[in-house]
Amino acid sequence: MNDTSPVERGDAIEPGEPPTVHRYRLETRINHWINAVAMILLVLSGLSMFHPSLFFLTVLFGGGQNTRAIHPWIGLVLVLSFILLIVQFWRANLWNRSDTAWVAHAGELVLGHEERMPEAGKYNAGQKFVFWAMVILITILFATGIVIWDQYFSDLTGIESKRLAVLAHSVAAIGAICVLILHVYAAIWVRGSFDAMIKGSVSAGWAWRHHRKWFRQLAAGATGQSRRSGT
Amino acid sequence: MLDNPYLHNPDAAASNPPTEGFVENLGPGDLIRRSATEYLPPPRRELTPVAKLIDVSKCIGCKACQSACIEWNDTTPDIEENVGTYMNPHDLTPEMFTLMRFAEWVNPETENLEWLIRKDGCMHCADPGCLKACPAPGAIVQYSNGIVDFVHENCIGCGYCIKGCPFNIPRISRRDHHAYKCTLCSDRVAVGQGPACAKACPTQAIVFGTKDDMKKHAGERIADLKSRGYKNAGLYDPEGVGGTHVMYVLHHADKPHIYSDLPDNPKISPIVLAWKGVTKSAGIAVMGFAAAAAVFHGLFARANRVTAEDEDNAKRALRDDAPGGRA
Repeated sequence: MNDTSPVERGDAIEPGEPPTVHRYRLETRINHWINAVAMILLVLSGLSMFHPSLFFLTVLFGGGQNTRAIHPWIGLVLVLSFILLIVQFWRANLWNRSDTAWVAHAGELVLGHEERMPEAGKYNAGQKFVFWAMVILITILFATGIVIWDQYFSDLTGIESKRLAVLAHSVAAIGAICVLILHVYAAIWVRGSFDAMIKGSVSAGWAWRHHRKWFRQLAAGATGQSRRSGT
Repeated sequence: MLDNPYLHNPDAAASNPPTEGFVENLGPGDLIRRSATEYLPPPRRELTPVAKLIDVSKCIGCKACQSACIEWNDTTPDIEENVGTYMNPHDLTPEMFTLMRFAEWVNPETENLEWLIRKDGCMHCADPGCLKACPAPGAIVQYSNGIVDFVHENCIGCGYCIKGCPFNIPRISRRDHHAYKCTLCSDRVAVGQGPACAKACPTQAIVFGTKDDMKKHAGERIADLKSRGYKNAGLYDPEGVGGTHVMYVLHHADKPHIYSDLPDNPKISPIVLAWKGVTKSAGIAVMGFAAAAAVFHGLFARANRVTAEDEDNAKRALRDDAPGGRA
């Protein structure tokens, strides 16, 4: 079984005409959108302090001083929210052998031949990449962000550490923004994905097409640690 | 070059201010650099470069310069505890733009104890690291006479100037969240006067004038020091930051670090250059490319849609596999 990721809590097929598949619980969806809003605000405020041509974005936060003051607090919201997401998502995002095979066939997906791809579990290798990349990048952003949060932590480190931290913070942020673009783009390109994060459920055909292994697990009766059964 | 007739005299700062009318300089048209600004119009005239020369060998450590600085800039440094030296306050602060640093050094050649007193403060680099690091348009400016000034209403309090500075000079106020440092009394220089510290210095260890004159004056002082046995006497005008508009005459110019860690070869940190150079330009390019590629693929590639066949296959699989509908 170590070649198959587990299903998650609340995942279930809802029989009916047409049948649907529960993919994200309400708590998870709220958590995800708090994360998304925090991330977008961080991107806008961070970019305004990164490149002069984007400094005008500070008007969204009430000027440069406010942008500088609020950015780290939004960062804290993101970190707390993201920790909750990690708790929910890490297990089903562990890498296994079929993910490596999926990556090898990623070209087929981009060219529109998803049917030639290895079957994916709850998350495909691309989604797992987004998850783990964000885990790593947000950890770096948090650690380096503390070092350059002068309001509270300026006495903690010397100038040389702060220089390194601000460089690492910038590079990690550029990486995180690229991963974010990939994540949002994939959610738009794969039609029907937004239903999962908004309504919480997807059509059975969507689950079949994009996460067939997950769909089969559910059809065969697999459950996450549901509130009722706990297995 | 627009000349300031009052500058051609090392005593300019100590003299009384001019009484006749003086055309104020250091306006927005005199900027040669402006932080976070990509297109700055060329300055409408070129001012004569100025400099403050601090002759460490003439300094008696009286701190009149500090008092004058507090007086002119109307700051109110906190009253602090003695930290074990004559230095007071304990460091440069947002309220103290210049600081006498006291070092006791035993000269290995003579075994004499030498008391090295250095007036620390902004060096007004020709290539200012603070300005390079600053993300706020117009918060740090450089005038064509060499003065690097902070424009507080544009400052966002991020502290990037601290990371950019090779001399560890700027300080952020926790009260108003603005960065502060020595302005070289740009407001006094603008009306033909010298900096307050130079005006107050009782030994004229601090003098002010055109940079050329100050170098000439330094040359005379260095010749004098050499004639009195300080064979390594010299001028501190470090090349690594393009030269500075605050210069020191040092009796031991071969080892600036003995003067309370004055950097031997200051330059903008390569980390700061990487951050404000390749990371900034390549970063914007990479993010822009990723966004553009996403939009391009979104517009021109076929969307990945669920087909009726997928739905049928799913239903068939449910009928065949499921042990009884919902698990």
